[in-house]
Amino acid sequence: MKFKDTDIQSLIGQVLRGGMIVSMSIVFLGGILFMYRHGHSIPDYKEFKGIPRFLQTPGSLVNAAIIFKGQAIIQLGIILLIATPILRVVFSTIGFALEKDYLYVGISLLVLLIIFASMMSGHAG
Amino acid sequence: MSVIFFTLIILIGSYFAGLLGSLTGLGGGVVIIPLLTLLLNVDIHYAIGASLVSVIATSSGSAAAYVKEGITNMRLGMFLEIATTAGAMCGAILAIYIPTHYIAILFGVILLMSALLSLRKKAEQIITEKSYLAEKLKLNSSYPTANGTVNYSVRKVGGGFVMMIFAGTISGLLGIGSGALKVIAMDTIMRIPFKVSTTTSNFMIGVTASASAVVYLQRGYISPGLVMPVVIGVLFGAFTGSKILVHTKSSGWLRWVFAIVVSFLAGQMIYNGITGKI
Repeated sequence: MKFKDTDIQSLIGQVLRGGMIVSMSIVFLGGILFMYRHGHSIPDYKEFKGIPRFLQTPGSLVNAAIIFKGQAIIQLGIILLIATPILRVVFSTIGFALEKDYLYVGISLLVLLIIFASMMSGHAG
Repeated sequence: MSVIFFTLIILIGSYFAGLLGSLTGLGGGVVIIPLLTLLLNVDIHYAIGASLVSVIATSSGSAAAYVKEGITNMRLGMFLEIATTAGAMCGAILAIYIPTHYIAILFGVILLMSALLSLRKKAEQIITEKSYLAEKLKLNSSYPTANGTVNYSVRKVGGGFVMMIFAGTISGLLGIGSGALKVIAMDTIMRIPFKVSTTTSNFMIGVTASASAVVYLQRGYISPGLVMPVVIGVLFGAFTGSKILVHTKSSGWLRWVFAIVVSFLAGQMIYNGITGKI
């Protein structure tokens, strides 16, 4: 089957929209849970202190989400939201490969490499 | 004030930010950060984190529509994303080390620039001479209009690429989409038709923001309780804005209002940065 630009455009459009809808639904759900439990606390964003420990590692994040901690669920939704454009690049790469456009397979992989480097660099320092 | 009240204020404020941002093409991020830092005393790191996530949400939502219509130049976007993501990564890392009052001042300056740029008259010139680099990189393309398909060529690929590195760095440093800078690169330097440059810029903004967001995540800039109302508000505002945009003709006066409001906010940010309040 010959893949045209239009097929790939359509797929990418769906990935973007789908990713956004799913992640926003998760954020919304988490938001409701968060407000339910913490609605009457005092917000404290005046000083930069990072984020609570349980939100910092994937393991504790998932565990917290399972027990319905709103903030954890929101954070997972946010992570999915951030992943959506990255996923789009992955699909673009596949699309270019199917079109046998190897120059752009290379270019998209380079972009993914840079994003990966960015992920790793966050740990440094 | 309680979390509920705080969240509600942000929801409403973000809604208007998203609405105004989409109606004028300036983006919601530029209003969100002053709103959070000046009005609600939120630390600027949390503010840029929240703004950046909202940028990803609006970009993904609107890019989806334009890609399907075939106006976005995906190869151009992909190629320039090398520059923007590299810049974004550097910008995000810089954000960790640059003192917050410099970030505030820089933010104000960029904001002012964006406001002034949005008021420029746009003279469209479609060029058809071929550039070697554009040919090699398969960047020349066409897009559908009411009068049929229009072909266009791209020039000054190198210059556009460099500008994109700058746009990406600013995006990563300040938590904004830098759509204005991206459009300059494509529109003015590379002479790409306006519709293509705005839709392709939109397309690229998401990935650029994600490249810096992954750094922000690890640095704890992204606080879920704060990001949640921002991203929801901005998304709904932007959605409303896009629906209104389809039905209205020109938004000339609105652009002026926004430019004035944004300039005022820019001034405030610069002032607060200089006096060390941020």
